[in-house]
Amino acid sequence: MTDSVSDISHMILQKLLENPKVPRDINGDSRIVEDLAFDSLAVMNFVMEIEDTLDVSVPLDKLADIRTIDDLAGCLHAIKAEQA
Amino acid sequence: MSVGLFDKYATLRGNYESLMAASPRNPFGVVIERPLSATVGIIEGRETLLFGTNNYLGLSQSNAARDAAIHAAKTMGVGTTGSRIANGTFSLHQKLEHALAKTFKRKHAMVFSTGYQANLGTISALVNKDDTLFLDADSHASIYDGARLSGAQVIRFRHNDPADLEKRVARSNKGTGARLIIAEGIYSMTGNIAPLDEFVEIKKRHNIPLLVDEAHSFGVLGQHGRGVAEMQNCEDDIDFVVGTFSKSLGTVGGYCVTNHDEIDLIRLCSRPYMFTASLPPEIIAATLAALEEIQSAPELRENLQRNAARLHNGFKSVGLNTSNFISPVIAVTLDDVPQALSFWNALLDAGVYVNLSLPPATPDNRPLLRCSVMATHSFEEIDRAVEAFGSIAKHLSIA
Repeated sequence: MTDSVSDISHMILQKLLENPKVPRDINGDSRIVEDLAFDSLAVMNFVMEIEDTLDVSVPLDKLADIRTIDDLAGCLHAIKAEQA
Repeated sequence: MSVGLFDKYATLRGNYESLMAASPRNPFGVVIERPLSATVGIIEGRETLLFGTNNYLGLSQSNAARDAAIHAAKTMGVGTTGSRIANGTFSLHQKLEHALAKTFKRKHAMVFSTGYQANLGTISALVNKDDTLFLDADSHASIYDGARLSGAQVIRFRHNDPADLEKRVARSNKGTGARLIIAEGIYSMTGNIAPLDEFVEIKKRHNIPLLVDEAHSFGVLGQHGRGVAEMQNCEDDIDFVVGTFSKSLGTVGGYCVTNHDEIDLIRLCSRPYMFTASLPPEIIAATLAALEEIQSAPELRENLQRNAARLHNGFKSVGLNTSNFISPVIAVTLDDVPQALSFWNALLDAGVYVNLSLPPATPDNRPLLRCSVMATHSFEEIDRAVEAFGSIAKHLSIA
């Protein structure tokens, strides 16, 4: 089961790398909008995929504060703990 | 060093300039010099077939609505100069609300100054920061903006996917706030029709109210034109129906109808309802006349369905990529923005106006040529549009 922030971050990176358009050198500090060139819709759609993997729902307002992949992992981890 | 107000526009400016460099005309600046009829207008000095106006029944050019507007302007003036909760409620506003409630077989109706405000005003009045909204991922901007104005937590579910909605609703069952599910009847970009009957089963299982935006389906679908919920025989389980006057009714404005008796309280806490001027009398009068016309002329809906099927089949026959739903919104999906720009400009050069819809305002990040069909289009006009689409697609090696 995926549970720690670093596990979640690793899982997000793996999912992102499945997309050939995503740069190969990304890491937890990569910025989702600037470094991955995701627009707001792409971010929301990507988060939807991650939600299903972790069986959590991320309210849209939480996304406003997320800049990096590690931020997203931290957010997902916190929501998963709340929903447990 | 402080940042300039428009520094944040750098990316937008770059995208806009690239778009303008690749297009002989501004796709966001088309001017209809004047309409000659519901289906033909003068654009760039030439007669152009209108296939992108949302004017599904052609009622923007209704003689009855025009006459009613003239009479109202002559007898009541051209504006109310005030909010509905102050000096902006004329007898006509109440008459229209009663007529809408009767049309939808609901106890109450509330009229807003635009369809956009109807969603903003209804959603923001129904939920607040302690509550949770479940929105279809492809919801219209007015629904997202209403959600934002409300401060509620927003959970998106996959477009038209009841199983995905149920999964997300189930995850929220431990929460304490109120919940509301929102879907549309016909989706404005693609013409996709929602499985409202299946959403109703979910709302009943989890005891969550359901709001449906029938902006593009009112006057269009259902035996009496009440929209997708009527067509799918699930109207009684829809708690709030929101819609607009600026599609099938041909004017401007919006509404919410419901059986909830709290409607007069909603009027007192819906900011987009309270803090704006109400609709002018001529618009209300024209809308009342159009509403009557929709009810007394079911053949308009029959003609619309017939025309929608003809355009849809025509597009399929020339190999274009469209949704499988036959609805008055038919979108041709293209691969990339340069291709869409070439196609859209060539259509206008050939005398056919459609809407160019670009990402991120489109699902799946792909550009669309969005067409809306009218009850008043002739077969000859539809066939001309199909022919133009077919020959341009061939020229661009698309089909």
